[in-house]
Amino acid sequence: MSRLRFWLLAPARTFNFIGFLIPLAIMLAYSMLSRGIYGGVELPWTFESYLRLADPLYGGILLRSFAISMLSTLLCLLLGFPLALFIARSGEHRNLYLNLVMLPFWTSFLVRTYAWMFLLRDTGLINTILIALGIIREPLPMLYNDGAVILGLVYGYLPFMVLPLYTTLERLDRSLFEAAADLGARPWISFLQVTLPLSMPGVRAGSILVFISCIGAYLTPDLLGGSKSIMIGNVVQNQFTAARDWPFGAACSLVLMALVMLLLKLFIRKSEEQLL
Amino acid sequence: MKNSRWIAAYAVGVYAFLHVPLLVLAVFSFNASKFTVWQGFSLEWYKQVFASEALVESAWNSLWIALASTAIATVVGTLCAYGLWKRNAPLLSSSLYLSLMTPEIVTGVSLLALFQWTFRFLHLQLGMHTVILAHVAFCLAYVVITVITRLRTFDASLEEAAMDLGASEWQAFRLVTLPAILPGVIAAGLLAFTVSIDDYVITSLVAGVDSETLPMVVYQMARRGVSPVVNAISTLLVLLLGVLIVMSERLQRRV
Repeated sequence: MSRLRFWLLAPARTFNFIGFLIPLAIMLAYSMLSRGIYGGVELPWTFESYLRLADPLYGGILLRSFAISMLSTLLCLLLGFPLALFIARSGEHRNLYLNLVMLPFWTSFLVRTYAWMFLLRDTGLINTILIALGIIREPLPMLYNDGAVILGLVYGYLPFMVLPLYTTLERLDRSLFEAAADLGARPWISFLQVTLPLSMPGVRAGSILVFISCIGAYLTPDLLGGSKSIMIGNVVQNQFTAARDWPFGAACSLVLMALVMLLLKLFIRKSEEQLL
Repeated sequence: MKNSRWIAAYAVGVYAFLHVPLLVLAVFSFNASKFTVWQGFSLEWYKQVFASEALVESAWNSLWIALASTAIATVVGTLCAYGLWKRNAPLLSSSLYLSLMTPEIVTGVSLLALFQWTFRFLHLQLGMHTVILAHVAFCLAYVVITVITRLRTFDASLEEAAMDLGASEWQAFRLVTLPAILPGVIAAGLLAFTVSIDDYVITSLVAGVDSETLPMVVYQMARRGVSPVVNAISTLLVLLLGVLIVMSERLQRRV
């Protein structure tokens, strides 16, 4: 038994080790080394890369990433909660309605981001229509700003909010609502005092999933954001490509990683992991 | 509990938000004009997609990479899920879970760091092999989760019965358990395939000159500006992935 189990797990352990754990260990080492002249890293060991994160420029980007992610998460919650409630109450059509949310999610993230470039740019569909209708004369600058990034993030990660919310709402015991109604609660009182408190595990799981995805986002700010709306993910990418400062890129990555782990640890209880 | 009219209207709005952008994108891929003004139906941009050497070549690269990494990830992931189902290995499962939660950009740069570091000792370069290794690493968790969900619905006493009747452990797995969970395994493979063929962030960091993938070329085209050719290739990509996902979803629910 244990011999067979060893061989069942060995290939996955190997891939996970080489493809995930070792790379992270290398990043940890790189983050504490000095920058090489032609990229790469050199001795001596130093904590300078971590200290640079306190620099107003990078500290500012980190804070902005935080703010953008918070706002996107909140918007996802506002859009996602009623939708999840609608799906959970849809009886036999539930699976169809849920799949309608999940289907765009599994299709190309790149294409879904590009779709917003197509809609929002100066000669894009929205501006073309508005100009044709005579509502505006000059195209509205809708692309390459923070608003476009938030829109792209909400669009991209809304399903991450809906799925755990739906799972929680669907499991709620119907007799509770009947009891609330029997005792004279109006629908919205019953919502505030029964549905909402009981759906908190779903709210937590969904919010954490969306927030984690947003804080680590790279593609959305890269394509939809302007030069001023970069996020921490873009800093990481830039350090490993154009800027060639691997230690600093590694330090940013590890801070990001630590943040993700901390959030998961703080907000997701063991029993709720299945919601993710 | 019934849905009120308000909540239904709200839901319709959110569905429109999710689907209209992609629909509009698809509609304009059939536009005769290069500009965002409808001027009649045309397949011109689809012709240009298939005439573009960069797109066709990168599509083949993507296909080979996705096939190879799906095959490896599905076999390795299924064995792993089976092993974890028998008895959990907390370290391995947390590590897989964490790999799923890690921002893609972090996975990408750390794999790049790993490859550059190993190349000091080996005479290798970034290429198909590094892309495939990266894809297996990030597809693995998807496969394990999908297969283990399926295994949880499987009655373990069937396996015990097979062994009581003289089957070895391996035979019990191959002849009893595997056929029972096969739809889940295929669903996991389809999922891994879509995740692999669509990845841009990790791939762009670990690909070499000979291994440019379709998303990388689409990204470069999108960067240069919006073009109906990008609309056309995007529509094709969404259709392909959509079909695969619907198939995967059906298989996961089949009893």
